[in-house]
Amino acid sequence: MSEPDPKAAGAVKDASMIKQKEMIAGHFSALSRAKESGKKVVYTFVPGNLTELLHAFDVLPVYPEINALQSGMRKKSGAYITEAERLGHSEDVCTYVKCDIGMLKAGNIGPTGEKLPEPDLLLLSYTGCFTFMKWFELLKREYHCPVAMLHVPYQGDGEFTPAMRDYVVDQLRTEVIPKLEQITGKKLDEAKLEEALARSSVAEDDLVWVLESAKNKPSPIDAYFGGVYYIGPIFTAFRGTDLAVDYYRTLRAEVQQRLDLGLGPLTPEGEMKNERYRLVVEGPPNWTSFNEFWKMFADEGAVVVASSYTKVGGMYDAGFRHDPTRPLETLAEYCAGCYTNLNLPSRISMLEKYVREYSADGLLINSVKSCNSFSAGQLMILREVEQRTGVPGGFIETDLVDPRYFSAANVKNRIESYLQMIEQKRRNAGARVSVQVPAAVAPKTRLAVLP
Amino acid sequence: MKSFLGIDLGSTTTKAVLLDDGGSVLGRGITNSRSNYHLAADIARDEANVDARFTLLDRALEAAGETGEEAVQFRKRLLYHFRKVQQLAQLASLRDKALVEARGGRLGHHGAPLEDRLARLFEDLETNWRKPRLGGAARSDFFRDQASGDFARMAEKLADRALPFDVLMSVFDKVIIQVENERIDLTFEGNIRRALVSCLENESPERRARYEAAVLSVADTPLDTVRSIGTGYGRQTLPFPKDSIRSEILCHGLGAHVMFPKTTTVLDIGGQDTKAIQVDGDGIVTSFQMNDRCAAGCGRYLGYIADEMNMGVHELGPLAMQSTRHVKINSTCTVFAGAELRDRLTMGQRREDILAGLHRAIILRAMALLARSGGVADEFTFTGGVANNPAAVQALRQLVEENYGSRTLNISPNSIFTGALGAALFALRASQEVANA
Repeated sequence: MSEPDPKAAGAVKDASMIKQKEMIAGHFSALSRAKESGKKVVYTFVPGNLTELLHAFDVLPVYPEINALQSGMRKKSGAYITEAERLGHSEDVCTYVKCDIGMLKAGNIGPTGEKLPEPDLLLLSYTGCFTFMKWFELLKREYHCPVAMLHVPYQGDGEFTPAMRDYVVDQLRTEVIPKLEQITGKKLDEAKLEEALARSSVAEDDLVWVLESAKNKPSPIDAYFGGVYYIGPIFTAFRGTDLAVDYYRTLRAEVQQRLDLGLGPLTPEGEMKNERYRLVVEGPPNWTSFNEFWKMFADEGAVVVASSYTKVGGMYDAGFRHDPTRPLETLAEYCAGCYTNLNLPSRISMLEKYVREYSADGLLINSVKSCNSFSAGQLMILREVEQRTGVPGGFIETDLVDPRYFSAANVKNRIESYLQMIEQKRRNAGARVSVQVPAAVAPKTRLAVLP
Repeated sequence: MKSFLGIDLGSTTTKAVLLDDGGSVLGRGITNSRSNYHLAADIARDEANVDARFTLLDRALEAAGETGEEAVQFRKRLLYHFRKVQQLAQLASLRDKALVEARGGRLGHHGAPLEDRLARLFEDLETNWRKPRLGGAARSDFFRDQASGDFARMAEKLADRALPFDVLMSVFDKVIIQVENERIDLTFEGNIRRALVSCLENESPERRARYEAAVLSVADTPLDTVRSIGTGYGRQTLPFPKDSIRSEILCHGLGAHVMFPKTTTVLDIGGQDTKAIQVDGDGIVTSFQMNDRCAAGCGRYLGYIADEMNMGVHELGPLAMQSTRHVKINSTCTVFAGAELRDRLTMGQRREDILAGLHRAIILRAMALLARSGGVADEFTFTGGVANNPAAVQALRQLVEENYGSRTLNISPNSIFTGALGAALFALRASQEVANA
């Protein structure tokens, strides 16, 4: 999930991009003025965020993992991570966490260059990632502010039962809402919450339409590298706002136009002219070399038609919509349905479905050193999806925001090898090449000039 | 005659394989990559061309019915003389550059004595340059290594207080790089006539005429390289169009399949990468895993260990084979290779036992990649430079047996050429596809 970065976006300068950039600038500007304008600030995480509820209380959200990935894209994460390691955080700690801690220690200057306000509340609505809990333990020590904890049960058995939902709703009533009321000094405005949820649902429809446009050939979008821009507003501060509704309407119109013109997706170097490979990608992207990484795909004509990462902040394409008629229940169901809160069989089924429905040539896993909630079980996922769909799987390793773990030559080698493997399989499956492989180029008995 | 070239630009060595249009290997060439991929590719290709000419000579002799002991001996002698001509040309270049260096600003203060000493040294080297080594890629036997050994031996003899050993060696160190990075004509066509003259010196006129005709006809046969495919770590730097570059994973898979057609699993341990590859019955890669950016447990690690022990990399395996005690090594980190080794030595452990433990640790890391790629199926082919190391092979055999049961383990004496062979086959196929289209 990401807001657009002018440098990273390269040639990409659609109206939706410009709009998103303005939205983000506005949000960070509001954050920098929070104290003087009397607005309360809540730090919270993307997966399972309660943004509509925060809007109902008129508080401003800060998403530390978004700040970390932005620092990664702006080449600042390396220094922040080193700073955190100097403070004693081990090499194996999630690099989002270390980047955030490093940024905090360096003065908490946000991605737009403006200082971030300290939180009035840490809202820990974590889904599937245990590290989030430890992360806020660290922040609590720094900020000495109250913490509201929302425990969302993991879907270990592959379902979210009514009892689990009631458990989450109960926590919203007895823990989260009272704490928000306490810091803001206001009661929850239920009508405001319902209106926000209604707007969320409208934007979600448009987002799903955009993501599913990748079922077309050629796909008008890249659902991973482009996808992280598309999910930006709805995964963060803007869900439930008119701005988000407007953004997704604009985005949808742009994609519709690309479809009408039969255009491929935009890449760092302009439009992709020749779609050669359609991939499903599992795992978050690398942010420190985002453009370089994207280019490795684009140069080979590989377009990502579906990705799991664009589901970490909600599985809208699986049918979920925020429902204004059941405000707290819908928030509970939303939290439980985020990708990292799903068990492995559910993730496998989802990826299998993507491979089939998006006519993909392969499933590529970007395994991230930092992220246990993503990386655990990925090889099993790979084998299982391969077996079920018959498409070849590929495996690459990078990191979120630690530049030391991105080896361009190694990653490029693997991506190229993987794509050539797909190509070779394709050819072999089609017209079998008439060339006979010589039976033996065995070592000769003659005196070897060279071995 | 038409030929098809595969070049494998490895991080340590660069290999070339030349095929004829029937897919048979005409020639192989190898050189050190010397951080100059472009030149390394040219030299490996030239070497493969030389090797190919000798193959053609074999074919010509056979066609002429020259299959007896006499012909075999001639062939052997010719190769010996050819190598000698080649290496003396390199040595001459080394001498010229050394003398220039001796007169230069850095060492000029030594004056005429240094020049004289070097002149004597090279005279000795040339006179005693009797046994050009004739191959064995497992041994590091590039010109650099041979010249360095001989130069050092001679320098030791000639050094004294006024002109100490390190001054003489500093000249060598400076100029060997220049010689390695210049293009000297080492081709068959350019050197075979001189080799022939010395080779046929004592032959009867009749024999001389026969052999000369055969050799010169081979020298004049045009070797037309119709298509080239590049692969390996440095493949992006080859002056080939994009469609002539293949991933080394695919090349190793295909190469292994051609060498051993029943291959299902391939393990390649090269200088910088370890790759575990699964192939189908046509040599098409179905799955692969490789190490991430960390080169722990790759060939380069052994290189550092060898440097640390002041040994040649090819000597490590045989020494490890003499181990009698089991030493467990957990880290195969290349950066800490030296530290690990010194730690162990300080603890009183024997070199051979430590080395055996190191080899086992490398293979354990490879086993993890194999497991991730889908396991070890029958047959199992081991390629890359490390496949020439007996201690690594022994550890692999044992661990595969323990983890997967009995498997046929294939290792070709030409395993280092697996990637280049695969690339050459891709070149042949691509060319035939064009012809069929």
